[in-house]
Amino acid sequence: MASNDSKFALFLGCVIPNRYPFIERATRAVFEKFKIELVDMKGASCCPAPGVFRGFDIETWLVVGARNITIAEELGLDIALMCNGCYGSLLEVNHTLKEDKEKRRKVNEHLAKIGREFKGTIEIRHVVDIMYHDIGPEKIRNRTKYGRKTPLNLNLAVHYGCHLTKPAKLRPWDMECENPTFFDELVEISGCKSLNYKDKFMCCGAGGGVRGAFKELSLDYTREKLENMTAAKADVIITGCPFCHLQFDLGQVEVNNIFKDKISAPFNIPVLYFTQLIGLAIGMTPEEMGLIKSPELKGVPPFTPMKPVLTKIGDSA
Amino acid sequence: MENIKPEKITYVSDDLTRLLRDAGYLELCACIQCGTCTGSCPSGRRTASRTRSLMKKVQLGLKEEILSDKELWFCSTCYTCLERCPRGVPVTDVIISLRNLAVKEGYMQEPHIALCKMFYNTGHGVPINEEKWKKLREYHKLNELPPTTHQYPEAEKEIQTLLKSTEFDKLTGVGDYEKKKGEEES
Ligand code: SF4
Ligand code: SF4
Repeated sequence: MASNDSKFALFLGCVIPNRYPFIERATRAVFEKFKIELVDMKGASCCPAPGVFRGFDIETWLVVGARNITIAEELGLDIALMCNGCYGSLLEVNHTLKEDKEKRRKVNEHLAKIGREFKGTIEIRHVVDIMYHDIGPEKIRNRTKYGRKTPLNLNLAVHYGCHLTKPAKLRPWDMECENPTFFDELVEISGCKSLNYKDKFMCCGAGGGVRGAFKELSLDYTREKLENMTAAKADVIITGCPFCHLQFDLGQVEVNNIFKDKISAPFNIPVLYFTQLIGLAIGMTPEEMGLIKSPELKGVPPFTPMKPVLTKIGDSA
Repeated sequence: MENIKPEKITYVSDDLTRLLRDAGYLELCACIQCGTCTGSCPSGRRTASRTRSLMKKVQLGLKEEILSDKELWFCSTCYTCLERCPRGVPVTDVIISLRNLAVKEGYMQEPHIALCKMFYNTGHGVPINEEKWKKLREYHKLNELPPTTHQYPEAEKEIQTLLKSTEFDKLTGVGDYEKKKGEEES
């Protein structure tokens, strides 16, 4: 493993840089506060997405995933990433190719055509894992003491997202995937309360290519989750994945439309990526955390209005 | 699982047998049809899709029936069934491998083909394809293009070289194969 604790290669993926850039903005800013350097991976591509491209052709998924990993290998850095899909892909590709010599040989034959080689020298880390295990709750808690003047006091519906914990075998959570608590512990450092709600660990519905091909089915998952979050009186939904984030943000508007006869009232729960919340807790502004929507740009996120949360934390401009 | 030999997988069609053997899915023989997977499945809760019966169909080698059924694509790959199966069947991975086989046989959903085109053309499954996404990045104090294939055309070329090398372009009908098809139709 590359040993540089305070420096990572930042893998962006697709949905964050190209649709939800405020997740990139907030994460970069928060990591800087904790003196962790994030180095760009020049020319990185789609991870490739595990639900779709892995489902189409496993070999291509291995080869393109391996190419992304070689970029970080050249930098001599472990990868930090912000998306459960990218996590699922790169973690599994990296593991497979480290273990399976025959697959590695095949993949390297393809990579040779672009002058690259998978060497198996780095690790893949999710930013939730880095914040929980490397920075650690203590250090974050200490920083919140010099943070905000008013406590945040929000009721959070944390959505873990499937690939953060499953398959459990390769993940850093001691095989716990039925009832994990690490994400709740992490976000409660902000002074907010993480709620228990029905079927908390259920999927958001976006993955596996379901959102792309069978939107109504995918949104029906989301409807169920939103109903359970609403019943628990959630002020905010907290995510650790841009695709789940999109499903709850844009998806919430879509659920309100296509299921209007099925739901008792339209949902209106703002969605925050967890680094946005941690950033607020350590005293960064809603603007710095990308919570303020551009007044000019139309048809861009957040689609579910942030106003209720800004009002509640007393930062409404 | 050591004492289950690949040749013991019976009642399975040739292609499926090979697929299972190559992917190391011998655990599939151990499925006892308990239904834990179906009971865990968020997709099964709202559709007629039944994970348990899919596993049975695989054991029976009902290849055409499985691969041509769009229900094969209802799984959101949440991995709940894989984690809970009392017999250690890697259910989700089996589904993913079955999808690979379905694509080889030409069963693909239209929106998924569109995604492959974007992937081939830009290196991103979800690319910056409208001005507003550049503006949104700038509004959040980021460069209008991320330091990915979007900023590096030579990286985009690398992806295309790889997708040709694995014949993903041929498999999904993108790149030169999209052009060929266009010419044939016109
Ligand atoms: S949970 Fe496992 S053993 Fe039970 S029906 Fe599903 S695949 Fe078979
Ligand atoms: S991985 Fe797929 S089949 Fe298994 S429980 Fe989740 S949605 Fe259902």
